[in-house]
Amino acid sequence: MSQLTSEQIAAGEARFILPGENLEVVEGWGGASNSVAYVFRPSTFDEVRSVFELARQSGRTVAFRGAGRSYGDAALNAENAVLDLTRLNRILAWDPAGGTITLEPGVTIRQLWEYVLPHGWWPPVVPGTMYPTLGGCLAMNIHGKNNYREGPIGDHVTEFDLLLPNGDLKRCSRTENVELFDAAVGGFGILGCFTRITLRMKRIYSGLLNVEAITARSLDHMVEIFEQRTAGADYLVGWIDALAGGSHVGRGVIHAANYLAEGADPHPERTLRVESQQLPDRILGILPKSMLWRLMRPFMNNTGVRVVNGLKYHASALLDRGRVVRQSHVEFAFLLDYVPNWKQAYGTGGLIQYQSFIPREHAADVFRRQLVLAQEAGFPPYLAVFKRHRADRFLMTHGVDGYSLALDFRITPRNRRAIWDLAAQLDEIVLASGGRFYFAKDSTLQAQSVEQYLGSDAVERFMRLKRECDPEGILETNLYRRLFGARAGDQILFRGER
Amino acid sequence: MNLPWKHAIVVGASSGIGEAIARRLVRAGCRVALIARRADRLEAICAQLNREAGSEVAIAVGHDVHVHEEIPWLFQNCALRLGGLDAIFYAPGVLPRIAPDEYDTATDVETIQVNLLGAIAWLNQAALRFEKTGRGTIVGIGSIAGDRGRRGNPVYCTSKAALATYLESLRNRLGRRGVKVVTAKPGFIDTEMTHGLTGMIWLISADRAAELILRAARRGRTTAYIPERWRLVGLVVRMIPSFLFRRLNV
Ligand SMILES: Cc1cc2nc3c(=O)[nH]c(=O)nc-3n(C[C@H](O)[C@H](O)[C@H](O)COP(=O)(O)OP(=O)(O)OC[C@H]3O[C@@H](n4cnc5c(N)ncnc54)[C@H](O)[C@@H]3O)c2cc1C
Ligand SMILES: NC(=O)c1ccc[n+]([C@@H]2O[C@H](COP(=O)([O-])OP(=O)(O)OC[C@H]3O[C@@H](n4cnc5c(N)ncnc54)[C@H](OP(=O)(O)O)[C@@H]3O)[C@@H](O)[C@H]2O)c1
Repeated sequence: MSQLTSEQIAAGEARFILPGENLEVVEGWGGASNSVAYVFRPSTFDEVRSVFELARQSGRTVAFRGAGRSYGDAALNAENAVLDLTRLNRILAWDPAGGTITLEPGVTIRQLWEYVLPHGWWPPVVPGTMYPTLGGCLAMNIHGKNNYREGPIGDHVTEFDLLLPNGDLKRCSRTENVELFDAAVGGFGILGCFTRITLRMKRIYSGLLNVEAITARSLDHMVEIFEQRTAGADYLVGWIDALAGGSHVGRGVIHAANYLAEGADPHPERTLRVESQQLPDRILGILPKSMLWRLMRPFMNNTGVRVVNGLKYHASALLDRGRVVRQSHVEFAFLLDYVPNWKQAYGTGGLIQYQSFIPREHAADVFRRQLVLAQEAGFPPYLAVFKRHRADRFLMTHGVDGYSLALDFRITPRNRRAIWDLAAQLDEIVLASGGRFYFAKDSTLQAQSVEQYLGSDAVERFMRLKRECDPEGILETNLYRRLFGARAGDQILFRGER
Repeated sequence: MNLPWKHAIVVGASSGIGEAIARRLVRAGCRVALIARRADRLEAICAQLNREAGSEVAIAVGHDVHVHEEIPWLFQNCALRLGGLDAIFYAPGVLPRIAPDEYDTATDVETIQVNLLGAIAWLNQAALRFEKTGRGTIVGIGSIAGDRGRRGNPVYCTSKAALATYLESLRNRLGRRGVKVVTAKPGFIDTEMTHGLTGMIWLISADRAAELILRAARRGRTTAYIPERWRLVGLVVRMIPSFLFRRLNV
C-alpha cells in the first residue's frame, strides 16, 4: 500500500484498501450480535499507532477490544478496524509491600490475581468472570459483588496513560487531567486507549472467604436482607428465581461473603497459593467440565429452567440455613467460569443481558414489575442476578445508590423482535425511577434513553472531550454509533444498524 | 418474499435481471449497492427505492467492470457504506449479435471481459471475504447457453460455460466454510439484451427471473435453471453426442 498525502485523501483519492486477510467475524460475548471487521493484534503500541494511521488513510474508524467479554456491541466495529489488545499484556511494575501494580491493558483479571495472590493481595474489584482485560474493565468501569463498599474499579486506579488517535499520550490521575480521568474511566473506549494502568490491590490474609447462604422469600425480603447485611458483609450477591410468580416473585438465594481476619486461617501460605484456588476440572470427580453445557442444553427452555430453579431454591432453603462455609476467592468470585462455554447452552441465537440500576427506594418495585412483564410476555429470564451498588464520580457511570438486576434472555431468530420490544418497555420503568444502564451489558438501548439517564449535560461534556481527544472521529464502535451517532453528527462515517 | 440477507451488492443493476434483483432485495429489507456504467439510471432507481423506504437503503455506484484495479477498493467501500455484506450478485453480460460466419476477436474479447473476467474480478473479492468470515452467498448469472457449444455465438457460450466452471470451483473451495455459491442459468428473459430476438420460447419477465433466482439463492441451490423447466432441456442437450449435435440446427 502506497502512502497518500493528506491533500489526496481530502480530494477523495484515498482509495486505500485494508488487508482482506484481516477480516473476521467479531462477536459480542452473548453471541446475539456480531459484525465483520478488519482485526489487528498489535504487540507494541507503535503498531497501535500505525493502525490509527491506516484508518486515517483509508477513511475507517478504529475500535478497541479487550477479551470481548462485553455482552453486546461495545467492542464491535462493522466493516472498520478492531484493535485486539490482548497481546499487550505485560506487568510493568509491582510493589508487593505496598500492593500497587502497573500493567499493560491486555493483562487479564486472571493474570492479575495469579500474580498478586501469593503475596497476600487480591484485586479490589473483579467481575463475575476472570477472563476480561484490565483495559476493558477500566473502559467499562466494572463493579464487583462489593460495589456498595469498594465502588467501581476506577476508584482503585491511581493513574493511567491514554493514547490518543493523534499519537499523543495523556497522563491522567487524581491531580493531572482529572476531567479526562473521570470520563475515560467508563468512557467505553471512545476517548483513547489505556496503555499503562496503575492500581492498588487489596490486602488479604487467607485464600479463603467465609460464605453464608440466605434464602429470600420475595423481592422485598431480598432487599430487606441486603439492607441488614451491607454493613457487615464484604461481598453480597443475590440469585433470583425469575420464573417464580405470584407472591414468590423475586424469591432467591443470597450469598454473603467475608474476608478472613489476620490469623483466622491457620495455613495462609497454603490457601494463598494459585493452585489451591483452581476450579476443579471435573464435576463429581468424573465428568469433564467441558461437557457440562451439553447437559444444560435440554433445560434451556421455560419449563426446564422452572424446574431447575425450583430445585435450587428449595434445596438452598433446606440445606443452607445459616451455614457458613469456606470457599476460595476464585470459587466465590468466578462461579460462572466453573462451567466452560455455558453460554452455548443458550443455542446459536445466543443471549443478551438486560441490566438496570435502580435507586434504593424504588428497586423492589421496579424489579418486581420487570420480572412480571417478562413473565407475561412469555420470556422469563433464565438467569437473574441481584447486586447492591453505590453512586460514584465518573462521568458516564452506571452506578447508583441502589440495586441492579441482571436478566439473561435467550435469543432466537423468532423472539428477537419481541425481546427488543420488551426491553424498550423495561427501559421506560427504569427511566421513570431515575435508574441507569451499563454499556458492558447493553444490546437494546436507544439513543434518547441514554441522553435521559445520563443527562444532557453529561453527554455534552463527554462529546466535548471526544472532540478534544479525537477531533477526526477515528474511534468508534457499533455501540457508539447506535447510542451517540446522532450526537456525533457529521463525524460518523456511516450508521451501522442492528 | 422473505430474504435472509441484510446487505448486498448487485453488479449489473441498471437494467434487466440485475435491476429486478436489486429492487426485490431492497423491498425485502436489504441494503443494496447497485453497480453498472449507466450511473444516471442507477441514481434514478435508487432515488425511487429510497423514497419508498424512507431512508437510504440503496446506493448507486458507477463502474465499468473492465476496470479491475478499482474493484478491491469499490468492494470494500460498498461493504463499508452498507454496514456489512452478506450476498453478491454478478449480472453483467453482453450478447453481441454476430453473423454465422463472423469471427471478430475484438468482439469476442469484449464478451469475455464483461461476462467472465469482470465476474472473476468481483467474485474473487467476495470469495476472499466470505472465506475469512465463514458466511455469505455468491450468485453468478450464467446461461443455458453455457451448457453446450452452439453454432450461434461461440464466445458467449464459452463465457457462460467458463463462468459456470469458475463458480463450481468457488463452491468447492468455499462450501466447507459455509459459503453458498449459486449458478443461475436463465433461458429466455424479456430484457434489453433480448430485444428484437426471434424464436424465443418460454419467455418470462426480468422480475419473474429475479424472483426465481432469489428463491434459489435463499435455498443455496448449486445450479438453478430459470425457470426450472430449462433443466430438462439442459440435460437432454448435454447428453446428445457430439456427432449428432453438430447436425442439429441449434
Ligand atoms: C460471564 C460474565 C460476567 C460478568 N460479570 C460482570 C460483573 O460482575 N461486573 C461488571 O462490571 N461486569 C461484568 N461483566 C462484563 C465485563 O466485565 C465487561 O464487559 C468488561 O468490559 C469486559 O472486558 P474485556 O476485556 O472483555 O473488554 P471488551 O468487552 O473487549 O471491551 C469492552 C470495552 O472496553 C474498550 N476497551 C478495551 N480495551 C481498551 C483499552 N485498552 N483502552 C480503551 N478502551 C478499551 C472497548 O472498546 C469496549 O468499549 C461480565 C461479563 C461476563 C461475560
Ligand atoms: N435476457 C436473457 O434472455 C438472458 C438469458 C440468459 C442469461 N442472461 C444473462 O443475464 C444477465 C443479465 O442480462 P439482462 O438480460 O438483464 O441484460 P441487460 O438488461 O442488458 O443487463 C445487463 C446489465 O449488465 C450491465 N453491464 C453490461 N456491461 C457492463 C460493464 N462493462 N460494466 C458494468 N456493467 C455492465 C448493464 O449495465 P450498464 O450498461 O449500465 O453498464 C446492465 O445493468 C447477463 O449476464 C446475461 O448474459 C440473460
